[in-house]
Amino acid sequence: MAAKTQRIEITLETLLESVDLAEVIVMRIAEAAGFSEEDIHKMGMAVREGVINAYNYGNQQIRDKKIFMTVEFDADKMIVRVLDQGKGFELTEVPDPLAEENLLRTSGRGLFLMRAFMDEFNVHTAPGGGAELVMVKKLPDAVSGNGSRQPE
Amino acid sequence: MALQGTCREIEDIAIIDFSGKITLGEGSSTLRRTIRDLIDKGHRKIVLNLYDVDYIDSSGIGELVSGYTTVRNVEGEMKLLHLTKRVHDLLQITRLFTVFDVQSDEESALKSFR
Repeated sequence: MAAKTQRIEITLETLLESVDLAEVIVMRIAEAAGFSEEDIHKMGMAVREGVINAYNYGNQQIRDKKIFMTVEFDADKMIVRVLDQGKGFELTEVPDPLAEENLLRTSGRGLFLMRAFMDEFNVHTAPGGGAELVMVKKLPDAVSGNGSRQPE
Repeated sequence: MALQGTCREIEDIAIIDFSGKITLGEGSSTLRRTIRDLIDKGHRKIVLNLYDVDYIDSSGIGELVSGYTTVRNVEGEMKLLHLTKRVHDLLQITRLFTVFDVQSDEESALKSFR
């Protein structure tokens, strides 16, 4: 894929099916961008968790609300953003799922998994409200042109 | 593939051979329903064979935790068998590998019940 900024915007319905759809879309894009199978899987999982978060917590499963996903490339990164139409939240207020007292909680691991699977992860409250999850994965060297590896 | 489970019994131990994905929606619901049904039928020794489950998301992990707690609350035991690498790694990074009783082969799993 060319090392110039490209942007894909997708509007998803607040439906359970959107979780699978978003995952598949990002995995296909990541595959076309030259990521390894393992990274494609991780990115798919991260986006899956992001859309689950938007569906369940951001949009509270309210059918009329939308989930906005964008995928962008710059010179050395693929950036995925997932924006809901909820109230937003502070990452620091989310309980640590690895804390002993939280291990047996049945929810609360999605954000942790997004951070674990991506190279960078952050949460913003969008100007119009809503939580925007920003997930970044560095492009493989062969694609970005970094390092000594030759393009494939 | 949607999660499917087949139950077999060895003495008083129920082994569920699962295949498919344990994800938000149908997969998680199937897992929840399966464990609930086993408990309702009086089973207290349960093995979840995840040999053919290569995908689980946070909802699926939540259902495993819920199942573990539910079985424990009726003084039963639930064990996980044959984790694939991806499921194993997920349980490892979420620190749940130390919570669940994970067995690598069926014979060991059967012998491990109190």
